[in-house]
Amino acid sequence: MAPPLPTNQAQVNTPISASDQVVVFESVSIRFNGPPVLQDVSFQIGPAETRILLGPAGVGKSVLLKLANGLLRPDSGRIFLFGQEITHMHEEALLQLRMRTGMVFQESALFDSLTVRDNVGYQLVERNLPEEEVSRRVREALQFVELGHTYDLLPASLSGGMRRRVAIARAIIDQPAFLLYDSPTGGLDPVTSHTINELVVKERDVYATPALLVTHRLQDAFTMATHHYDSEQGKMVQLPDGQIDPKTTFLVLHEGRIIFDGSTEALLASEDPFLKEFLA
Amino acid sequence: MQLTLDQLESIAKRQLLAVQEYYLFCWQSVANLFRAPHYIADILTQADLIGVGSLPIVVLTGFFTGGVLALQSAASLAQFGAQAYTGRFVSLSMIRELAPVLTGLMVSGRNASGMASELGSMVVTEQIDAMRALGTDPMKKLVTPRMLSTVVMLFLLTIVADTVGTAGGAFVSVFISGQNGTQYFTSAYQALVWADIAQGLTKPLFFGFLIATVGCYFGMKTTGGTQGVGRATTEAVVVSSVLIIFSDFILSRAMLWLFSGI
Ligand SMILES: Nc1ncnc2c1ncn2[C@@H]1O[C@H](COP(=O)(O)OP(=O)(O)O)[C@@H](O)[C@H]1O
Ligand SMILES: [Mg+2]
Repeated sequence: MAPPLPTNQAQVNTPISASDQVVVFESVSIRFNGPPVLQDVSFQIGPAETRILLGPAGVGKSVLLKLANGLLRPDSGRIFLFGQEITHMHEEALLQLRMRTGMVFQESALFDSLTVRDNVGYQLVERNLPEEEVSRRVREALQFVELGHTYDLLPASLSGGMRRRVAIARAIIDQPAFLLYDSPTGGLDPVTSHTINELVVKERDVYATPALLVTHRLQDAFTMATHHYDSEQGKMVQLPDGQIDPKTTFLVLHEGRIIFDGSTEALLASEDPFLKEFLA
Repeated sequence: MQLTLDQLESIAKRQLLAVQEYYLFCWQSVANLFRAPHYIADILTQADLIGVGSLPIVVLTGFFTGGVLALQSAASLAQFGAQAYTGRFVSLSMIRELAPVLTGLMVSGRNASGMASELGSMVVTEQIDAMRALGTDPMKKLVTPRMLSTVVMLFLLTIVADTVGTAGGAFVSVFISGQNGTQYFTSAYQALVWADIAQGLTKPLFFGFLIATVGCYFGMKTTGGTQGVGRATTEAVVVSSVLIIFSDFILSRAMLWLFSGI
């Protein structure tokens, strides 16, 4: 399960496997003021892979996501992003690296003093791109999430589902090389959840962006594993003959540890008592 | 509740750590002035918010403080037959002490709290994390512009308070105490020496820095949801007000020594 640790630190600072992986966690542990939240967590995310992180509420899924993006630092272990070790990377360098990732936060985290346009185009404005180009690309990104009409609105006037979609537009506008979604369907009704799932699958199948997605809704996870985006019909459809997307795999977190790392079939066939109960 | 020695020690350690953290925070906010990117638009927005926004309360407090000084001093100075010195008394008190301190306290109440609650809500709603995830350094984007514009604006507001306070004193002297206006202004003007002005205009630079850094520090360190934002706001106002009064004492002492050698 865990990637082999390099035996000679001086010789190989980056494990061979880390260089072509998008994200590598090596025995990562973290605690706040209390018991450890994550213990000895190791896993990898390969190119064009979508990993779905499952686990009960409060287990540390959001913490793991923030570690992957360098927003939190581990107490021990090593983390690699795009083949570079970020465990102790200087914040300045991390900011540069993070420009290549896109993150959708649990509660959307839109800037409430900015309009939808300025939220979605935030990164482009920061890079001082010309106004017309920002506007054009914001409209494209909003088109992708089907929210073109919200261009001039403030986040406060949007519904929860719309905010989530604006957050997705903000994350994908600059064609990120890695996407992190924190419970994108949390607290939404089934119809809106379906729309969000479709967007995630669309991003996965149209742009093949590797992703780490947190959810506590099994239903959503299995929808993503068994569906694909059909560009001709412009919607998400079930894969024929009960096929399962091989690039979509699972991680299950329980009591601070990864207790499962593998394919959808393996997850369903697991004999682990906790998993069986969790999946029931 | 009984405090054990261990508990006292851990509280002391935590306070010391917070002071150290605040010191680094201040240092970073200053160092960012010399590092790209510079957020000019944010500096101007904040300057407008702090400077123009605080103008009414600074004018009002300045005017009435000058007025009450004239009122109180006229009575006591009259006992010594020294009523002619009212202008001198008012302008000196305003410029050296009252304008910087009162303006500082007003702006602290208005803006240290504003910064703490704004940044605090951004922390608890993960907007700060989102900003970092988008590749922007919140220290550069949020803290440094607030620091710079508070320092500049408090300096200018203090000059406004000096002027309005002296005018308030004149108003009271002429229309209530029935003194001669020319006499008031001559005495006010003659009293002013370079050292007083230097002292009165150095203080707001320090106070402005304190207001912004304390407000932003408590905002950025907010934990514990909406309740935490309320706590951060209160703490920011209390700490910055106390620090203003305390540093006023230290600065007065230092400048007496610097300018008069005493
Ligand atoms: N910044 C933080 N400071 C202190 N404790 C935290 C922090 N972030 C998360 N935690 C704690 O870590 C645990 C896991 O939280 P989280 O990752 O949000 O869970 P979830 O799996 O529901 O996303 C919780 O007990 C939470 O209280
Ligand atoms: Mg969470």
